[in-house]
Amino acid sequence: MSNLTDLTLAEGRDHLAKGEFTAVELTAAHLKAVEARRAINAFIVETPQQALEEAKASDLRRRAGTAGAMDGLPIGIKDLFCTKGVQTTAASHILEGFIPPYESTVSGKLKAAGAISLGKLNLDEFAMGSSNQTSAFGAVENPWKRRSDPTAKLVPGGSSGGSAAAVAARMVMAATGTDTGGSIRQPAAFCGITGIKPTYGRCSRWGIVAFASSLDQAGPMARTVRDCAIMLGVMAGFDPKDSTSVNMAVPDFETALTGDIRGLKIGIPKEYRPAGLSDEVAKVWDQGIQWLRAAGATPVEISLPHTKYALATYYIIAPAECSSNLARYDGLRFGRRVPGKTLDEMYALTRAAGFGAEVRRRILIGTYVLSAGYYDAYYAKAQKVRRLIADDFAKAFETVDVILTPTAPSAAFGQGEGTDDPVTMWLNDVFTIPTSMAGLPGLSLPAGLSADGLPLGLQLIGRPFDEETVFKVAGVMETAANFTAKPEGL
Amino acid sequence: MSLDKATVRNIANLARIDIRDEELDHLAGELSNIMTFVEQLSEVNTDGIEPMTSVAAMTLPMRADVITDGAQPEAVLANAPEAEDGFFTVPKVVE
Repeated sequence: MSNLTDLTLAEGRDHLAKGEFTAVELTAAHLKAVEARRAINAFIVETPQQALEEAKASDLRRRAGTAGAMDGLPIGIKDLFCTKGVQTTAASHILEGFIPPYESTVSGKLKAAGAISLGKLNLDEFAMGSSNQTSAFGAVENPWKRRSDPTAKLVPGGSSGGSAAAVAARMVMAATGTDTGGSIRQPAAFCGITGIKPTYGRCSRWGIVAFASSLDQAGPMARTVRDCAIMLGVMAGFDPKDSTSVNMAVPDFETALTGDIRGLKIGIPKEYRPAGLSDEVAKVWDQGIQWLRAAGATPVEISLPHTKYALATYYIIAPAECSSNLARYDGLRFGRRVPGKTLDEMYALTRAAGFGAEVRRRILIGTYVLSAGYYDAYYAKAQKVRRLIADDFAKAFETVDVILTPTAPSAAFGQGEGTDDPVTMWLNDVFTIPTSMAGLPGLSLPAGLSADGLPLGLQLIGRPFDEETVFKVAGVMETAANFTAKPEGL
Repeated sequence: MSLDKATVRNIANLARIDIRDEELDHLAGELSNIMTFVEQLSEVNTDGIEPMTSVAAMTLPMRADVITDGAQPEAVLANAPEAEDGFFTVPKVVE
């Protein structure tokens, strides 16, 4: 047996089924990796004791013949999912010490399927950020290094940066992420792993700390397309507790990986090749198009004319929804409280002390665009443009089956780089936000390395609730890309 | 689009976030930049376009208005910064 921490979920599952090792052995090997790679700062809370107890219980279930779909497989949970009895912070000081008395639907489903959580993973505060540098518990380090400067600390992307780094560094076999504007796909690209934001409504949002409710979706992050298919199958499904979760059957995503994409039409949006797009990113995209053509699919140029407005639309809608959702942090019922002479003063001091700079900025923007006299000019206007963006995709999907784009405009950048101007930082999500606006499934997979040795990702976008075609095409690309590179030292 | 310090102070008050005077200049500049950036939406013709409030073409489901949970005061209060006799406590609001 090769190193236990190098196994995929599918391999781990099959070996456990054959009894080649136990869940306790598999869990212990990963706990050792978590301990050895603490400098990455991927975890906010580690739960090794609980994990080992759960692993013992998993081995008993296996012997009794009642093992679930992910039984005994060590994973990490983004610290945005409420976990019963385990601190949940959203990487914010305002929730420090909060111990949920309930379990989020998605993490509960993973638990019920036998998956073993090793702890809670770091993220940008309230999932607001693209570099994991806004976390109140410190930045996460990307396990990948530049060949030209191996000492520079790079960001893992965000907001699911702890999830991406932990999966890439072989600390966990897979992790949950959430994606509002690219928070699964961009960190997956930066860390050389695979992640999918499913169609809005596919996974329940119940028990996930809310950022922008019309955009937030949970999804899996893992090292292969098959692993994402396995894990999404467990995470997805109707939940009466989330009125936006969709009541439809969850397909067996793994069976979609047939390897046969002959005759499929692949949309290549011309608006995703703006002047100034990095040559390396353009090259890997062209390579992706060639792979799909060689496998019998037909690339078709398409136009998504409102692409350039997606970022501005997002930065009205997401802050508006965030300012409303985050109104609940009032120092009254849970989380941190700073005393004040009056109730109003207590609110204002609590929220000033509890929220970091990026969260505060977004709450203020959201409050402004929703305030009397500005609602129609900003919020209603953005909702109209959002429909135009969604209509662009609907029109494109009349002729193509899936859309291929780069995931991010660059490879991972250094900690501290480009943080002066919030708008520049937001440009990281320029290729992922339109998909979120339209609620479509989007998957990122590693497609190659930059000249400096850093992973570059490609994104596949599908029709609503057609994750199967996305997985099928991604599986073919994964085989063609044969991405076997690993971070140094792993 | 430029936000002045008075506007920022007003927004911060609406959002119940205490802001120190020396932060106002910097924040006004930052927020103005963001508003200038989003201003580009005004060039998009949205005449006759319905605002998009939900990505899925679905109506909110109805459910029976019945009690499904409750009688757990300890769990409800477990995370309260301050609680007394089964209540959340706050600074005095009525004189």
